[in-house]
Amino acid sequence: MTVFAAASLTAAFTEIGFAFTVENPNAKATFSFAASSELVTQIGEGAPADVFASADMGNMTRLTDAGNNSSEPQVFATNSLEIMVGPGNPKGITGVADLADEDLIVVICAPEVPCGKYAAQIFESAGVMVAPKSLEENVKAVASKVTLGEADAGIVYKTDVTAAGDKAAGVEIPADINVLAKYPIAVTREAANAEGAQAFIDFVNSAQGQKILASYGFLAP
Amino acid sequence: MSRSRRRGRRVTLPAPVLALAVVAVLFFALPLVGLLWRAPWSDAWAYLTEEHALTALRLSLICSLWATLLSVVFGVPLAWFLARVEFPGRSVVRALCTLSMVLPPVVGGVALFFALGRRGLMGQYLDRWFDFRLPFTTAGVVVAQTFVAMPFLVITVEAALRQLDQRVEDASRTLGASRWYTFRRVTLPAIRPALVAGAVLAWARALGEFGATITFAGNFPGTTQTMPLAVYLALETNPEQAIVLALLLIAISFAVLVGLRDRWFGRSDRSSTTVLA
Repeated sequence: MTVFAAASLTAAFTEIGFAFTVENPNAKATFSFAASSELVTQIGEGAPADVFASADMGNMTRLTDAGNNSSEPQVFATNSLEIMVGPGNPKGITGVADLADEDLIVVICAPEVPCGKYAAQIFESAGVMVAPKSLEENVKAVASKVTLGEADAGIVYKTDVTAAGDKAAGVEIPADINVLAKYPIAVTREAANAEGAQAFIDFVNSAQGQKILASYGFLAP
Repeated sequence: MSRSRRRGRRVTLPAPVLALAVVAVLFFALPLVGLLWRAPWSDAWAYLTEEHALTALRLSLICSLWATLLSVVFGVPLAWFLARVEFPGRSVVRALCTLSMVLPPVVGGVALFFALGRRGLMGQYLDRWFDFRLPFTTAGVVVAQTFVAMPFLVITVEAALRQLDQRVEDASRTLGASRWYTFRRVTLPAIRPALVAGAVLAWARALGEFGATITFAGNFPGTTQTMPLAVYLALETNPEQAIVLALLLIAISFAVLVGLRDRWFGRSDRSSTTVLA
């Protein structure tokens, strides 16, 4: 059984996959992690996926609009955004408003990918004009620019701050201007193992699956 | 003149060789045909004239030409050095200088951070002493492109220098010409086809550069978003536009490669110094 999952799920799903095979010794889950949009395109071109887990509703809609799903998409986790800064927050950033400082090197995702759309929404809600130095192709690229020390701050998912460990710190974005990204999951139309695919989705939604997701910073649906 | 002679001389290849060659041609042609087949021709013009596409194209052309210029300025002396100077560890130096050809470009981009980034080995001093930073700047794009493109020029020119009959250079020296004069008036003209071929290869590589650029220089319209980056991001939301932009990039490179080849390599078709021809 092959699971196509958004890049931001890499660590959490790898662990879930391991726990899943412990529970179901006959099952074998292999993963392909990439940008959700790329995965939808690959599935459309006939890539052998049984399960598709997206980092946003938009790409899941692209899949269902093309009729490439065989089960109703189900939201299994949510993720909020956070400001990622260097370890110890050397620039003393306290919130979104501070990012307007032109002397800071701020990087965000490109508007073409979900995290870039969310960042723009947050800046708009906060009424802050930010001049980013780069619009990165995915959220991991934003995170690595901050952890490498090349950028002073970036807008990433909470889970990316958790994943960075002590190489970065997070600054909270208040709920009233934050965005809650929904992660939907579905069985694909061409699933070679639809039964196993559904079993995997059920496992993701189980208490055990949800606990693993929470440990990586994901929020309940 | 050489054209008509070439056309007149018919060479018959053994059938298996011909068959394999045809497969190779198809291998390169089919993906291009695929792009042409999927291209949204009715909207093509609108996509191409969108401002951000033109901005990316302009930046691509400027940066790739700068990268080519830098590759020639530094690459020719490097090739000359590698071809002419015997020293222990020469093969190690050569491997080092062509390593970026085999390095995954994204890794190249990260390595450039470690060297020239704000926290890099050298970059930290550029930042501290001159308040100068390469990442997220157009200069950073040129550096990333030069890093991956220069080896193509170096190996092409070095091969030509090695095949050059050194007695010609010796003769020039014996007749009283200085080293510099000999290099300029004897060596350089002799390797000119290889130099042009190497420069074109380097330029083409720089024009298509993606991984090192997006990693090291980031992606910002007008500053660091070159055409390949624009194509990649367009794939996320608008695959049709991505195809059109990619085709434009292909058309430009194709025109240059075909045009230059006829103009510069026609004469030296049978010369062993030309790598591209």
